[in-house]
Amino acid sequence: MNDTTTLQLLLWVVFPYMVLAVFVLGHVWRFKYDRFGWTTRSSQIYESKLLSIGSPMFHYGIIGIFLGHVVGLGIPKSWTQFVGISDHMYHLMAVTIGLAAAVACVGGLMILIYRRRTNRRVFGATTAGDKLMYLLLAMTILCGVLATVVHTTFGTYDYREGVSIWFRQFWTLQPSVELMSQAPIFFQLHVLSAIALFGIWPFTRLVHVFAAPVGYLTRPYILYRSKDPRKEAERRGWEKVKF
Amino acid sequence: MRVMAQMSMVMNLDKCIGCHTCSVTCKQAWTNRSGTEYMWFNNVETRPGQGYPRGYEDQEKWKGGWELGRNGRLKLKAGGRITKLMQLFSNPKLPGIEDYYEPWTYEYDNLLHAPAQQDTIPTAPPKSLITGERMDIQWSGNWDDDLGGTYLHKDKDPMLKGIEDKVQFEFDQTFMFYLPRICEHCLNPTCVASCPSGAIYKREEDGVVLVDQDGCRGWRMCITGCPYKKIYFNHQTGKAEKCTFCYPRLEQGEPTVCAETCVGRLRYIGLVLYDADKVTEAVSVTDEKDLYRAQMDVILDPRDPEVIRGAEAAGIHHDWILAAQNSPTYKLIKEYEVALPLHPEYRTMPMVWYIPPLSPVVDVVRDTGYDAEDAESLFAAIDALRIPVEYLANLFTAGDVPTVERVLYRMAAMRSYMRDINLGNAPREGIANAVGMDGETMQEMYRLLAIAKYEDRYVIPVGHHESAHDLESTGTDCPLNAPGGPGMGMSLPEESMGMSGPGFSSKRQENAVEKPEGVRINLLNWDGNGRPEGLFPSPAAGTA
Repeated sequence: MNDTTTLQLLLWVVFPYMVLAVFVLGHVWRFKYDRFGWTTRSSQIYESKLLSIGSPMFHYGIIGIFLGHVVGLGIPKSWTQFVGISDHMYHLMAVTIGLAAAVACVGGLMILIYRRRTNRRVFGATTAGDKLMYLLLAMTILCGVLATVVHTTFGTYDYREGVSIWFRQFWTLQPSVELMSQAPIFFQLHVLSAIALFGIWPFTRLVHVFAAPVGYLTRPYILYRSKDPRKEAERRGWEKVKF
Repeated sequence: MRVMAQMSMVMNLDKCIGCHTCSVTCKQAWTNRSGTEYMWFNNVETRPGQGYPRGYEDQEKWKGGWELGRNGRLKLKAGGRITKLMQLFSNPKLPGIEDYYEPWTYEYDNLLHAPAQQDTIPTAPPKSLITGERMDIQWSGNWDDDLGGTYLHKDKDPMLKGIEDKVQFEFDQTFMFYLPRICEHCLNPTCVASCPSGAIYKREEDGVVLVDQDGCRGWRMCITGCPYKKIYFNHQTGKAEKCTFCYPRLEQGEPTVCAETCVGRLRYIGLVLYDADKVTEAVSVTDEKDLYRAQMDVILDPRDPEVIRGAEAAGIHHDWILAAQNSPTYKLIKEYEVALPLHPEYRTMPMVWYIPPLSPVVDVVRDTGYDAEDAESLFAAIDALRIPVEYLANLFTAGDVPTVERVLYRMAAMRSYMRDINLGNAPREGIANAVGMDGETMQEMYRLLAIAKYEDRYVIPVGHHESAHDLESTGTDCPLNAPGGPGMGMSLPEESMGMSGPGFSSKRQENAVEKPEGVRINLLNWDGNGRPEGLFPSPAAGTA
């Protein structure tokens, strides 16, 4: 096992952990110093028609893909076998559901990129950061689709024996370089561009993912706030100071 | 009873001349940044007309405000919490920039850098502020001002629905008036309820509705939620912005910029106290035509001892209760009952009220040769001129004609009653009684509507942000800072702090030169010699 080159070590160990640090600290920094900039920067006011098709398609697609990744990367093969899901069954489910999500996601993304490029108002509001983000996002998605089609559907590579294990090892701080360096090319490219995307994430509009307003489901409709900061502190779990 | 204080405004539409000074000064104060070009926190619409953004009142299209569900309970017209979250990625009811207008500037450089002695006259073609490219101007904030484009767009006013056949041929001759609009600072605001991030809130102290700019994430549901379309999307920052009721000025006891600069002096600002526990019940009444009455009933009498006790229990300071008792808006809304809310049928309980215009009616009476100030002919005209009255009812009472008529009768009676007094005739108590008032109240109302001075129109108590420092136990302020104490010399130079500085208004009143009481200055009678009587204060003894 001594064929690990420096480059591979850099790619599959150093780079991912560096990006993890940037990702976490970047968000902390952004939240602290640029809460005002923490927004979707919606362009719907410029153009609504294409957005109303492309944006839900893309977002629901990518949410589906995210959930697929949670299952595919997070759940070891032995667990699904233990509950009685055969490998073939699992594979069938993953491919059909994944394919539907991928079609929605890629289709939506194509509509959104077309819209962004052809609508002058929207293009005018596109920053250099947006363009880099779109590039990495499109590359990640494209490589992911290619990896699935080329290496899994028509190939023989089982990512649950390779990439997934590396992913879990990454979180237990023992990533084995071989699992990644021996993975097929599109899987490698997919992972690398995804890591790059995570690296620029905190500094782009992608932060809006962490603004998902789930609290809206439980809060009262009408909100009051006081000018007086002492009243602001009267929240649940806070004991009122008695003078 | 949970007493809350609410800053409110009343506009007397009879006095609005449509000069747009309020809009322009507001814009200079608040929305002269890039990304806010198309925002008019204050705008003035010609009615009948489409308003801004175009046709915003058509809630079947825009789904703003609240409605009653099949179970009789109040719900957001554009859908509840789950619907909102499902629609986060694309809001199906969001007005586009074309519903407002594409903001533009002109290529002034062409003029400034045109070579001397050029054969052709240089021009400054319009340039879009969004794309930066040259553009054809198609529409603007008040394109249909003064009925401009009337024949092209007349049927597009949503408020003409049902009466369009009567209006088609006549309305350009019959009536027209101006409607200045700001945020309504509603008691039951849909924008607040629609915001997924919880960034919009009502201020506990004065009810001003504000957007927390650091909390807004740009989900743009508030824009759909607000039936008045008074929340705008800043297309540069991706944040919602709205009329702030000029809260930094209010806190100093100053009126809003729009009110301060109003040429016609038609705006009144004051506090009303209301029962926050009753709001939901009041906005849930079944018949839309009862909403005006329900809204009136939520507002409490600030002189009622029980209300005063409740207000004190709720932590409302004594000077605020006094201000509520002297509030001009309370008088116009509750005592004289001449101010009406704009579109109560949206069930948001708007807190900017309007005195509907009598002028269209007066104009018609005068044009027909009758005495336009005579109560009888005015009453008859109000009855006969169904079109303006029905139109006003669509705006102010959810279509309830008798309420609008009652207000117009009162305004007409006031004119007639005061004319007798101005002509030196005996006032006719019967005119006042005919509209359910007495002569004294009528004269009070006249004074408030016709000659109210600055301090009568704006009764704004200074905000209480000082209490946190003053509390003995927190004690962040120097105890030596008492008046006359040794710390007094270290006070901040207030004049240097911005436009007015803290306490500007109270100081202005203190420093104001006292005018001689009861002296009317008439320079026409002045012969040019010496000082005209009463123009200058008498020189103090001992000064040159």
